[in-house]
Amino acid sequence: MDWQYASAPENASIGRVKPRYQPFIDGVFADGSGADAPTINPGTGETLAQVSQSSVADVDRAVGAARAAYTDVWGPMSGTERGKYLFRIARAVAERSRELAVVETLDNGKPIRESRDVDIPTAAAHFFYHAGWADKLEHAGLGPSPQPLGVAGQVIPWNFPLLMAAWKIAPALAAGNTVVIKPAETTPLSLLVLAEIFADAGLPPGVVNIVTGAGDVGEALVNHRDVDKVAFTGSTEVGKRIQSSLAGTGRRLTLELGGKAANIVFDDAPIDQAVEGIVNGIFFNQGHVCCAGSRLLVQESIAEEFLDKLKARMATLRLGDPMDKNTDIGAINSAEQLARVTALADVGDAEGAQRWSPPCVLPDRGFWFPPTIFTEVSQAMRISRDEIFGPVLAVLTFRTPEEAVAKANNSPYGLSAGVWTEKGSRILGMAGALRAGVVWANTFNRFDPAAAFGGYKESGFGREGGRAGLAAYLDSGDY
Amino acid sequence: MSSSQADPAGTHPEPTLAPPPSAPPPPPSLPPHLSDATVDAASLKRFLHGLPGVDPVGLEQRSAALATRSIKKDSKRQAIDLAISMVDLTTLEGADTAGKVRSLCAKGRRPDPDHPDVPTVAAVCVYPDMVAHAVPHLAGTDVGIASVATAFPAGRSSLAVKLADTRDALDAGATEIDMVIDRGAMLTGNYGLVFDEIAAVKEVCGDTVLKVILETGELGTYDTVRRACWLALLAGGDFIKTSTGKINPAATLPVTQVMLQAVRDFHAETGERRSVKAAGGIRTTKDAIRFLVSVHEVAGPEWLSPRYFRFGASGLLNDLLMQRRTQTDGHYSGPDYVTVD
Repeated sequence: MDWQYASAPENASIGRVKPRYQPFIDGVFADGSGADAPTINPGTGETLAQVSQSSVADVDRAVGAARAAYTDVWGPMSGTERGKYLFRIARAVAERSRELAVVETLDNGKPIRESRDVDIPTAAAHFFYHAGWADKLEHAGLGPSPQPLGVAGQVIPWNFPLLMAAWKIAPALAAGNTVVIKPAETTPLSLLVLAEIFADAGLPPGVVNIVTGAGDVGEALVNHRDVDKVAFTGSTEVGKRIQSSLAGTGRRLTLELGGKAANIVFDDAPIDQAVEGIVNGIFFNQGHVCCAGSRLLVQESIAEEFLDKLKARMATLRLGDPMDKNTDIGAINSAEQLARVTALADVGDAEGAQRWSPPCVLPDRGFWFPPTIFTEVSQAMRISRDEIFGPVLAVLTFRTPEEAVAKANNSPYGLSAGVWTEKGSRILGMAGALRAGVVWANTFNRFDPAAAFGGYKESGFGREGGRAGLAAYLDSGDY
Repeated sequence: MSSSQADPAGTHPEPTLAPPPSAPPPPPSLPPHLSDATVDAASLKRFLHGLPGVDPVGLEQRSAALATRSIKKDSKRQAIDLAISMVDLTTLEGADTAGKVRSLCAKGRRPDPDHPDVPTVAAVCVYPDMVAHAVPHLAGTDVGIASVATAFPAGRSSLAVKLADTRDALDAGATEIDMVIDRGAMLTGNYGLVFDEIAAVKEVCGDTVLKVILETGELGTYDTVRRACWLALLAGGDFIKTSTGKINPAATLPVTQVMLQAVRDFHAETGERRSVKAAGGIRTTKDAIRFLVSVHEVAGPEWLSPRYFRFGASGLLNDLLMQRRTQTDGHYSGPDYVTVD
């Protein structure tokens, strides 16, 4: 029977998107010194709202506000009191989750199912988790009296705008630091809604400051002399620049950069769930995930059967209106990113890999790329080395566990990896051998505030989440 | 296969009341590696243990994601009518009477007297001794008469009794047989015995549709469920069915997903399309639609037909009818406007 699901769009008005947004500095929403810039709805290509842009001078003001708040209010405040603010924020995120999910999907292009079921609940979970730490820092195993660092300058990417903000802001505040944070220029809205939550929660002015703008504003922020700690999530290229400019300044730095994760399927894997895991690994959030499983390494003894099942499963993916609750794959975040994904996929064709996508009609407006896999891929090809950051999977095969490890580790990146096997000892062996900060076994792309997340090699350094993530915002003295 | 049956515990003595069943040769459509799996009990065991495992976390995660599908408007109306046409309207109580069966048949024939365009249900499902009471009330309709046989629900009887039970139901006019497997044998790894029983019952059934109840709630793991699915399909079951409805949990979404994967894979390997019946615990339209979404996305749209998917239920039908009225009339009418049977 031909059963088409009628469209089931979430109500856009729940997002209460305003025509114009302003930066949030020292507890006040006020115009930045830059000109307004539009933020685009990637699902339609239309302007969603205007955003007043900050300038370098605004960054200075924001850092000054953060410093004052750190010295006068937030630094001296007891952990118990800080925890109360964080719990209040966590509850407000949960209460306004539907609104935040709609804003996120309109601004970012990700399916409402994902913003509703993953991004927003996980963001709230990060605030809840770190709220609990605020009054227990002495018992975190980080020394008898760990101290905050001061002002944290944070720059976050466009792929999980609110979630990345939560990852950065929650541990910083729990540890007693104050924050200046810059969202990506294509996705500022959910963080500016979060600023409303901060204001409603009575968070003292200056504790969190939000500056808007593009790379120049971010550069001014990370290089500001009065910033004690820099946290950046984004591209390896920019990360390298930040690291070199911070060298010798004594300022703390954590970087969470690109990835080219291998998702390794052994012949004794739970096949149907492994297919799900591969699909989730690369097509979740249109592949705009730094830890995306963008390389499938499948054992040759099951490769053919496995690819048949993978293709059959991909044919059931529903691409389209991100606001439709039944959409699995939403829009590419920007025209610029679409051009990059398209160009890299074309390189795959040129290098001789075999491209395959399920039959799928792309909407006639907005930015779209179909779920795509490349077979006949070799390690030498750019599509198996470069981070594509889109819904494009490179399929490689292996014969032995040693070969799987060698191929998986043969990358300048080392953020995440996946292992699919029913054999527990093999999971543990692989986890030890893979040079990746996160190794998932029989699952992929699962995030928990209690689990440390971070990379090896060019995927960055430092951890976010868990005790290790807390340590990045604390000075343990000689401990 | 019976001759190679090892049964050290002695819990499953060879039947003595009837001649040992001669398992029918596997259908010629089975490719060699599948027909080889059924030559003896040891091969069957190797085959079933060689099936890929099921990861429960991933399975349940996928079911939960499918359950978030939002089915609205036309697609909902379509789904409700489809679900009605897939219902095996069931009464399996010790208190069943001719009168109860009669009113069930009337309901199955014309589920909503105010709306003659409502499709009939797929079948009514009764105990063997009630089949004769259903026959006159369903004569000339498309509604099947399914009967649970083989010492339902426990299945704890000899093969001879199970076969006699089946013949009894067939002789009374059943057009579909719902048998139970020997879960004890399944759990002790005595797959040969389970296979032989299914094959023997299928032989008695001939062309009559045979539904094989796995009673997944008693099988313990999804791995065992997957093995039971393949075993039943190899032995000739036309349907694999989740539950008797007497054990909790009954038809869950994840367990049904495993079964849908089995018929999908069986079809990929043999070209033959077998069927799934989810029975027990499905009470609301919302539940039913979630199952249809799973059928659609796990097995494929070809399975969206009463021939390939059924609901075993009693209360579900009235909720489907009420929701159907809500869709057609634009407002909810309430339980007093559908017949209680």
